[in-house]
Amino acid sequence: MADFETTMGAPSAGGQVVGDWTGPAAAHAQLKKVKKQKVLLMGKSGSGKSSMRSIIFSNYLARDTRRLGATIDIDLSHVKFLGNLTLNLWDCGGQEAFMENYLSQQRAHVFSNVGVLIYVFDIESRDVERDLATYVNIISALVQYSREAKVFVLIHKMDLVQPMTREDVFDHRAALVRRKTAEAVAIVQKQKPEQPPQASLTTTTTPTPTPVANNDLSPNLQLFATSIWDQSLYKAWASIIHDLVPNLSLIETQLASLGLAIDADEILLFERTSFLVVSRWTSAEGERNPYGDRFERMSNILKSWKHTCSKYTGTPRNAEQFSDFEYKMGATFSMFATKFTTNTYILVCMPPGEARFNSAKLNVAAARSWFKFLDGPVVPAQPAAAAVPGAAAGAGSGLGASQMLAGMPAS
Amino acid sequence: MENRQRLQKKDGVKVPDPPTPHTKGKPRLLLMGQRRSGKSSISSVVFHKLPPSETLFLESTARIQKDSLNSFMEFQVWDFPGQIDIFDNPNFTFDMDAIFGEIGALIWVIDAQDDYLEAVARLNSTILHLHRSYPHINIEVFIHKVDGLSDDYRLDIQRDITIRIQDELSDQGVENAPVNFHLTSIYNHSIFEAFSKVIQKLIPRLGQLEAMLTNLCRTCRFEKAYLFDVNTKIYIATDSTPEDMASYEICSDYVDVIIDFTEVYGSWPRSQQWRKRLEGEPWSQPLEEQVACEWAESGMVLADARRPIMLREVDRFLALVAIMKEGSYDKMPQINMNVDVVVKGLTEFFEITKPKELAPGAQQGPASPGLVQG
Repeated sequence: MADFETTMGAPSAGGQVVGDWTGPAAAHAQLKKVKKQKVLLMGKSGSGKSSMRSIIFSNYLARDTRRLGATIDIDLSHVKFLGNLTLNLWDCGGQEAFMENYLSQQRAHVFSNVGVLIYVFDIESRDVERDLATYVNIISALVQYSREAKVFVLIHKMDLVQPMTREDVFDHRAALVRRKTAEAVAIVQKQKPEQPPQASLTTTTTPTPTPVANNDLSPNLQLFATSIWDQSLYKAWASIIHDLVPNLSLIETQLASLGLAIDADEILLFERTSFLVVSRWTSAEGERNPYGDRFERMSNILKSWKHTCSKYTGTPRNAEQFSDFEYKMGATFSMFATKFTTNTYILVCMPPGEARFNSAKLNVAAARSWFKFLDGPVVPAQPAAAAVPGAAAGAGSGLGASQMLAGMPAS
Repeated sequence: MENRQRLQKKDGVKVPDPPTPHTKGKPRLLLMGQRRSGKSSISSVVFHKLPPSETLFLESTARIQKDSLNSFMEFQVWDFPGQIDIFDNPNFTFDMDAIFGEIGALIWVIDAQDDYLEAVARLNSTILHLHRSYPHINIEVFIHKVDGLSDDYRLDIQRDITIRIQDELSDQGVENAPVNFHLTSIYNHSIFEAFSKVIQKLIPRLGQLEAMLTNLCRTCRFEKAYLFDVNTKIYIATDSTPEDMASYEICSDYVDVIIDFTEVYGSWPRSQQWRKRLEGEPWSQPLEEQVACEWAESGMVLADARRPIMLREVDRFLALVAIMKEGSYDKMPQINMNVDVVVKGLTEFFEITKPKELAPGAQQGPASPGLVQG
């Protein structure tokens, strides 16, 4: 995780203070580096690990996941995300024999160099005690080999719980998982008192951590209630992905300057295949939107739309399905979504008005070159360096005057 | 746009009995069938947008559930509890006229995954009862829950049920009873398609509407055009080209996408400063005048560069959705003009047909729209 931080930090720092800037070559090297992240997907057999993986990365429909069989041992896949980030997804079969194997013979192999652990609990499971015992073992192994790893716990199949009680059931289970995590970490730390208890899974770094002291939120443990039947899955995966994206600050600054330049209310940047929200920018007015869950909803809407299209056009599920979309809702708002860079789609929501709308579309097209770096590791040195001053300009005039089409009414 | 808002899932489950709205002149759809055949699930999914997976939680209906559906026409949907046999009930006598007097269609739901002999027998006796006093009622049989069955098996069941009903009816001396069959499932578009067919039969002067859409398709070279009721995704008219499930599906899903976007970005009020800024310099125009069309309009180009899709709202309830031919996207301005004309024609049509009893001159229809040849 440590070297990852520097990759993200450098371009923005270079953009703000030119003195720190070691030259285009360094930037080039950093942008060129393909990040590989080891992501472990674990949980009891039948809890839904492979189903969610298929939905997010292979564009399965929720009901198609019934066809999936049990995962045998570890199913390794490399998911290319945004061209310069590759996820090494280890989908670990959850039957007990495999689990024991991961914890014994393959322990070092499985648990070393882990970037993210995603642990899936089935809310319908009959034997909660046993699930938690396995979870504790996994956490212990993880703390032993990859102290820096982030842990995401998904309480899955929430659709099977009555809607009224979902929140209570989740809160209750979440508290239980947090407590167990804290206990597991405490035990590992007690066993190895010679190692300084660096903040790994716990916030409190007291020399003798007690379970009580560890009860508060651990920064690297996040819990989500999920279901493959609604957008909750996208929310969880968007936050998993969010921290892994390289050059995130650069993307954010550039989106912000684009947003200000075209007078948008909201801009969302989606990854092409998964339609997870990579980054977003919202204006002050857009922040007043009462729908807090709109980002994962957009992912869900567009993804199921993609599915309809693929059925209609007879093209493969993973193929690109639409290139342009526009929607003008009278005098309420306008929006458009379009293919942006090779790996991304952009969705812009903006105030109504024909002239404003048309100039925004042209400006978004003109801004494509700023985001070339999203497309992948091979970036020529010059454009890479050129992209950074754009970020430095930040809130100021984002687009060069030559590119900027005045958003004026056509008198 | 307010009524476009999706009903919250929770609200959809239990719909309070509306305070018996005034029923005069509203066509009524009756949902009947054996218990657990899926009547309440159908009405929740179609009229309350309940996600199909949530219908597992629906409880058994204990009394007649009356919903009214406000749209371009006002419908009433009555959901009958399956356990009540209204013709043979020792405890109650039902006011037959009150139930069947203004009925538009009787929808009989049969669970195809269950033993349907009893359901067919009850349907037969219902048809015989009704045939005597109300011979003009359309009887629509939904052979339901066919999602899990293979295509061949579905058709076998449909054939079997059709034969059983026809045989029984002709034994009783009833020939050519108005019975239609639909294969349906709440897990795909078939239930909406079936409802579309049922409702189209209740629309006065449907032919006029279809002629307008056919004309539009010919002029703009559209592949297919639908006039949707936005709230239910039922289509009330289409052009004269052959029915095509795939185009209905994509158009109906497109309406869904638009509704979802509208809910997220269009359903909350913007602040005064926002408006002031947008109407000030350099625009100096009220927002309403900065837009070209006061209703929603939208277009989407599919990635294979063929068949763009367009949508245009006609009024609060209806939207025109069409699949265009390759390359038509470049001619959007011209197409928009034609669509404008048709939308105007449709608006006139509904103004004329609304007080249908009062305006006998309605059959001449709206002035034939003068389309721009494209």
